[in-house]
Amino acid sequence: MLEAILNGLSGLTMGFQHLFVDWRSLVMIIVGCVLLYLGIKKDCEPLLLVPIGFGCILVNIPLSDVMLKDGFLRVIYDAGIATELFPLLIFIGIGAMTDFGPVLAQPKTFLLGAAGQFGIFLTLILALYLGFPKLDAVSIGIIGACDGPTAIYVASKYAPHLLGAVAVAAYSYMALVPIIQPPIMKFLTTDAERKIVMKFTARPVSRTTKLLFPLVITIVGGCIAPKGLPLLGSIMLGNLMRESGVVARLTKASENEIANVVTLFLGLAIGATMSGPAFIRTETLIVLGLGFLAICLDTVCGVLFAKLMNTMSREKINPLIGAAGISAFPMAARVAQKEGYKYNKKSHLLMHAMGANAGGQVGSVIAAAVMLSVLAGMGIIG
Amino acid sequence: MPVHVEAPFPGTILQIMVNAGDVVKEDEELLVLEAMKMKNPIAAPSDGRVKEIMVKVQDEVKTGQVLIVLE
Repeated sequence: MLEAILNGLSGLTMGFQHLFVDWRSLVMIIVGCVLLYLGIKKDCEPLLLVPIGFGCILVNIPLSDVMLKDGFLRVIYDAGIATELFPLLIFIGIGAMTDFGPVLAQPKTFLLGAAGQFGIFLTLILALYLGFPKLDAVSIGIIGACDGPTAIYVASKYAPHLLGAVAVAAYSYMALVPIIQPPIMKFLTTDAERKIVMKFTARPVSRTTKLLFPLVITIVGGCIAPKGLPLLGSIMLGNLMRESGVVARLTKASENEIANVVTLFLGLAIGATMSGPAFIRTETLIVLGLGFLAICLDTVCGVLFAKLMNTMSREKINPLIGAAGISAFPMAARVAQKEGYKYNKKSHLLMHAMGANAGGQVGSVIAAAVMLSVLAGMGIIG
Repeated sequence: MPVHVEAPFPGTILQIMVNAGDVVKEDEELLVLEAMKMKNPIAAPSDGRVKEIMVKVQDEVKTGQVLIVLE
């Protein structure tokens, strides 16, 4: 009887005993706590980092069965990540939240949104050069989309073993855009360029244009890059619902209730992929490093492209808005406005940067779609 | 000659830091305009004295709307 009780009590200490068997799990519990600290204390992408951090802790607690067959995080993972459903549902919400008016009012800013995607391709080439398998390299390069759901979609489909690292890199660097971008923007521009004042003339955008935009992008983009249609289609469906104004309940649900529930599940499931043995590898560090480089290269390409446009345009463009041509919306536009104002108190770049930023949001999805379709054309993916 | 301080883009007036009659210097912040959930300070384009404040806190303004007149 006493022996049975002692055995029962020893069962309670098994978790603690195993805690030190694999140091990697212990390190990942600390990583989970750091993510929680960043989310809660530093307000750094809390909606994602809190569930990711907690999921990371849950999966690394010794003898935890949350990611084993029928474990609750495994069920969530299989239902929404393995099927690529969660990032797409988030995309419907993003489409419902995004006003593409600024980019439609200033179509040339759309070009900056395209230029801001070059980092994806440059990083892809670099990852291939470093010896990563093709599909891993694609998933690493996509961090340069600066777009969490796109990165998660691509990584979960083609390199699920990198999902945790790719997702953490994408969301962390997105939150760090105000720190990463300004030094690059300053380095690549002259004082006179940074002081260029751009007048904002609000050109009205008709309702028909706003309605046609998601439809045309879906049909044309889908025909060019069918592999990316789930991404393009979901963001444009959300936007069409928003602009139509006739399905307010669905729009509201997409941008609030659905997006909130999916964000919770998505974060938890991503955290659950961060088990010590799977995450603590040299490969993860390289992924994080390449992801950082991808976002730096996006900024470089955006600013340099804006400078190039400046040589051809009669109306001067402040190259700082080139940095906003990434998907981190509206953070990158705010950075451009803040930096422009810092150098010239008469300069207000916000609306121009918003155009580039909205262009970057569509651009990142199109870039991912094009890349997937090119790879399919080459027979690399099915 | 009066100088018009205009809204660079649409938004909501969040804060006004000057009063009529105040003497202001070029680049001194006059008010804060909130747009796209961002607080944007609007500075004086030149030295002058605040002749008239055309808006109040919480007003919605359009691009080009005169916010403050300096003289």
